[in-house]
Amino acid sequence: MPSISPSPVLRGEKHSFSFAQAPHEMVLENGSRIGPVTIAYETFGRLTPAKDNAILVAHAFTGDSHVAGLYADEPDDARPGWWDSMVGPGRGIDTDRFFVICSNILGGCAGSTGPSSLHPTSGRPYGLDFPMVTIGDMVTAQKALLDHLEIDRLVAVIGGSLGGMQTLEWCVRYPDMIRAAIPIATTMRHSALAIAFNEVARQAIMADPNWKRGDYYGTAGPDTGLAVARMIGHVTYLSDQAMRRKFGRRLQDKQDFSFGFDADFQVESYLRHQGNKFVQRFDANSLLYITKASDYFDLKEAPGKPFREPGTAGTKFLVVSYTSDWLYPTYQARELVQALKRSGRDVSFCEIEADCGHDAFLIPDERLNTLVRGFLDGLA
Amino acid sequence: MDLPEGPIMRYDLQTIASWIAAGSRVLDLGCGNGDLLAWLAAQRGVRGTGIERDAEKAAACIARGLSVLQGDLNAEVDDYPDRSFDYVILSQTLQQVLEPARLLRSLSRIGRQVIVSFPNFSHYTIRLQLLMKGLAPKNDQLPYSWYDTPNIRVITLDDFRRFAGEVGYTIVREAAINTDHHDRQGHIVRWCTNLRACYGIFAIEKKFPGKAEGT
Repeated sequence: MPSISPSPVLRGEKHSFSFAQAPHEMVLENGSRIGPVTIAYETFGRLTPAKDNAILVAHAFTGDSHVAGLYADEPDDARPGWWDSMVGPGRGIDTDRFFVICSNILGGCAGSTGPSSLHPTSGRPYGLDFPMVTIGDMVTAQKALLDHLEIDRLVAVIGGSLGGMQTLEWCVRYPDMIRAAIPIATTMRHSALAIAFNEVARQAIMADPNWKRGDYYGTAGPDTGLAVARMIGHVTYLSDQAMRRKFGRRLQDKQDFSFGFDADFQVESYLRHQGNKFVQRFDANSLLYITKASDYFDLKEAPGKPFREPGTAGTKFLVVSYTSDWLYPTYQARELVQALKRSGRDVSFCEIEADCGHDAFLIPDERLNTLVRGFLDGLA
Repeated sequence: MDLPEGPIMRYDLQTIASWIAAGSRVLDLGCGNGDLLAWLAAQRGVRGTGIERDAEKAAACIARGLSVLQGDLNAEVDDYPDRSFDYVILSQTLQQVLEPARLLRSLSRIGRQVIVSFPNFSHYTIRLQLLMKGLAPKNDQLPYSWYDTPNIRVITLDDFRRFAGEVGYTIVREAAINTDHHDRQGHIVRWCTNLRACYGIFAIEKKFPGKAEGT
């Protein structure tokens, strides 16, 4: 696999934008109201005077607005943004050409309004008083951000996994704004399998006595439950092949079994490490809300059957799936492709051969870069 | 013949390209590296889509800006509504299809016109090999042995004409061609085509009972 220069070259900063101040709260899909809403975002590259070179990158479940590069105050060897291999000068999404916007989703915990934010009247964190937000609500909040930036058309919306759902939702809600859409490793709706894993993750959190029906802010918090939830999630992002290759049955720092419940196997140790690391940066209630939003997402049976009617916007689609993704397997990408074809939309599809499972789209791979770069070039 | 400008592509594709009206909607099945689609888009303003089984070739097509779906053409064509395309092109693939009659029926449903090209198995060199050597024929156009050939259907120009008549397709245009061994250059064969042509290219149409024209 051709390598991608690992050194991040972008320096950025996190901004935030607030809207929906009372009495003009944002009305959510379930009818409830929320306000004020803050959206954390980062931008890369330069917006043309005509404001016609913007690309919106939608992040996955546990992602954030920090899509690429480093913050101004970070050392050169700090860990760059989550899609640094894709976004940057000369990369698949070329910041020399495009103005790239990435915002933290509504309901998240990396600067945007979510269950850990303060309730405007009580002054205490929302917890379970946070309304149930949907993928559509996340997109509506992103639209408010674009309105604030005075951007009324996008060259492309691009995202993997939950970001792919937002990408599709954008095409349903604001089709005329979007020249192209690249949903990657995603689905039109969760399978029972995907909902099942999410439910186990939620139960892990809610069974933690420190969860306290979501009212744990300022106390110890459901770290054990959250770590277990992350471990489950992580398994679904990998694949049988990847786990065999990465861990096999190798033992962690020992020659023999401990005949106890310590982490004997490397895979146990790895998952514990991932779980513990995750607790440092993620809010358990956000996980509950976001997983539920992704479970509710359904473009196949949604009212109006979004991709059943012919599109008039002329949006070009590039759908990408991965051979070893068992969370959103290729057959689900093909269902999406089928719906797009049936409704007469311009769609390209490619299944990339990769053994690293659902997370493949986050792993530097020149094939995806080439695909995205060429597809964007072809939009002229 | 109106020879295409731009980079030289396979001669049979050049011939097919010259039959495509400007600004039309084209589906190219087994589009390979996308040479025909790229040419049609650049020179004829065609809105093209390709279907290609090979992942790398499909990715290469997408990376050059073409709309291409990676997949099996037999399955992919079923998703399109009736008359989604002005032309559906099946170049040098018919001889590799398990159910050619079913496929052609699908293609004539989704396209106003179907353009098919295939190697002519009754070329005199093939006939001579079989007659003189008693061996399954091999040549530049058909370089495979009996045990590894993807060409599971043996078709001749006359076979196709007869098939079209029997099944109810109108042949609106046809060309018999010979090409050099790189297939880049060639010429039209005008007489004794079934004996002398390496490839046949046919444009066929079918009218469907109950389907309004021009939709």
